Amino acid sequence: MTAFGTEHAFAKTRAEGRAALVGYLPAGFPDVAGSIEAMTVMVEAGCDIIEVGLPYSDPVMDGPTIQAAAQQALEGGVRTSDVLRTVEAVAATGAPTLIMTYWNPVDRYGVRRFAADLANAGGAGLITPDLIPDSGADWITAADEHGLDKVFLVAPSSTDARLAMTTAHCRGFVYATAVMGVTGARASTSDLAGPLVARAKLTTDLPIGVGLGVSNGAQAAEVAAYADAVIVGSAFVRALLDNPDRAAGLEALRVLTEDLAAGVRGTR
Amino acid sequence: MSTTMGPDARGEFVGADGQSFGGRFMPEALIAELDELTRVWEEAMADPAFTGEFERMLREYAGVPSMLYEAARFSEIAGARILLKREDLNHTGAHKIRNVLGQALLAKRMGKTRLIAETGAGQHGVATATAAAYLGLECVVYMGKVDTERQALNVARMNLLGAEVVAVDSGSMTLKDAINEAIRDWVASVEHTAYCFGTAAGPHPFPAMVRDFCRGIGDEARAQVLELTGRLPDIVTACVGGGSNAIGMFTAFLGDADVRIVGFEAGGDGVETPRHAATIHAGEVGVLHGARTFVLQDADGQTVESHSISAGLDYPGVGPQHAFLAHSGRADYQPVTDTEAMDALAVLARSEGIICAIESAHALAGTLRLAAENPGCTILVNLSGRGDKDMGTAIEWFGLGSPDGAAP
Ligand SMILES: Cc1ncc(COP(=O)(O)O)c(C=O)c1O
Repeated sequence: MTAFGTEHAFAKTRAEGRAALVGYLPAGFPDVAGSIEAMTVMVEAGCDIIEVGLPYSDPVMDGPTIQAAAQQALEGGVRTSDVLRTVEAVAATGAPTLIMTYWNPVDRYGVRRFAADLANAGGAGLITPDLIPDSGADWITAADEHGLDKVFLVAPSSTDARLAMTTAHCRGFVYATAVMGVTGARASTSDLAGPLVARAKLTTDLPIGVGLGVSNGAQAAEVAAYADAVIVGSAFVRALLDNPDRAAGLEALRVLTEDLAAGVRGTR
Repeated sequence: MSTTMGPDARGEFVGADGQSFGGRFMPEALIAELDELTRVWEEAMADPAFTGEFERMLREYAGVPSMLYEAARFSEIAGARILLKREDLNHTGAHKIRNVLGQALLAKRMGKTRLIAETGAGQHGVATATAAAYLGLECVVYMGKVDTERQALNVARMNLLGAEVVAVDSGSMTLKDAINEAIRDWVASVEHTAYCFGTAAGPHPFPAMVRDFCRGIGDEARAQVLELTGRLPDIVTACVGGGSNAIGMFTAFLGDADVRIVGFEAGGDGVETPRHAATIHAGEVGVLHGARTFVLQDADGQTVESHSISAGLDYPGVGPQHAFLAHSGRADYQPVTDTEAMDALAVLARSEGIICAIESAHALAGTLRLAAENPGCTILVNLSGRGDKDMGTAIEWFGLGSPDGAAP
């Protein structure tokens, strides 16, 4: 575990008797400096942990909102080195900062080199939506070497055997995808998430975060009732997409974060 | 047999040096389904009721086995003996129907009610729409917007067959983006939907499953060539997009050490330009659409857009077994440019009265090159599809269509 690991954040939220709020934005969206500024606002307004998205050309787990942001970031020329630079800046706020990435960019960078550079940047670890532990031996070794969090995903369709295997390979927390589907804000929370969290809890003491679809404080409060972390992505991206003016975008992010933060605290 | 051919239980084709191709790089949400699909497929292939029904459908409905045709006048031009495996004569006009009937039958066995597919040239989409109509399944086909325009005839065919065609306008708006969109659909619909994958790529079990549903091409052709000539061909060729027609042809010959195996990739404007789809020739090992394979990618691992006059070959990845065969040296893969392919298409039309698909024309152009290098040899070519769908492109390329128009 690094000095910036998620363990500290979860120790704090557990002590406060509440769920953590995990916020996602792609690096380089709207541009590199803009994304750093935005994520800093998210930390200031109440996100406990930040997921920096590494924009990828073929994001098969993402819906239109995050696709649009990633495409804008790539068209703006964002590089893997910019993503690491973003992690460094966001981690400096004190919030544990992970990278959420599809596998090929890491594979291309070199898994060991990526792990070393991420640790150097003060990053907490990786969330890997298209890497399952079965295919992730190199990453598991490299993460262990640097004490980085390995956040693999579990899904409503995961068998009990796969749940146990996957959570056993996680460090930091477990990412439970609340719905069968891609990222994107949804009108109502999923009735698949609760049972999935309960099944996952039978296999591990790690915190379980629930993501996919949460977009407001009321939904966050619902999810916080049974999960250790509420993970929000598309709603933050949407706030920036809907407010192209920088100051207005940051203000919308702040308002949304405060609503979500109140949700996870049950003080809404 | 499949033990020597691969993949291993993890779906990986592993080279002598330890380099692995294939496997599974997919969201956890789909892993249980991929496991179940693998199980049901393996069980079905060992069940004579399933294989018997598959063979009956191929024979009675799809027109398989396809003929082997000795192309005498084309041979004269080539300076070698050219034998064509006439997959263009199959129902729906390409080899794709073999794979689709196999997967659609599996979908029925698994109790699925809906088929989804991606398509580039539209041949796989048409085949899937056809199988869905034939077996009473709902069907949605994802197709890059660029491809819906250059293969408009096939969009109309799919519509007439009752399928919904979704034009995908993300990314490069071609085959790779259609695959992305189909995967997104499948993550949400997997309970009742089968993803009828159109080529021998993607996560395990698709590369092996698609190969095995297509391997009749080579099994039939090997026997047909032996019957016709009394010996094996010197060289076997096919075009390679994702690699289904090629692996379907090559599999029967992998154990014949004296038979040279050559695949032809789309060279577009030329591999010295950025506009091509020669993935094995110019790509590097990475992960795309669930498998480790050669990928056209930049220094950061972002997929680079491919270009080809042929929608069916316009893909920046390739099936992992082809990557493995290239890596091991058992097969070799060469680029063929748009111009070479269109020239070969015209030569075949003029010399034999056969208008083939532009995809298949890449195999013919490569074959002409090999014939020039090896005069007098016997070359077996997989003529994977017919060219009706490509007439729009041909009209533009050759300036056809006016009564006194120029001849190519
Ligand atoms: C006639 C024909 N040949 C070849 C291909 C390329 O696919 P594959 O490499 O999977 O055979 C296509 C794809 O659409 C096709 O329609």
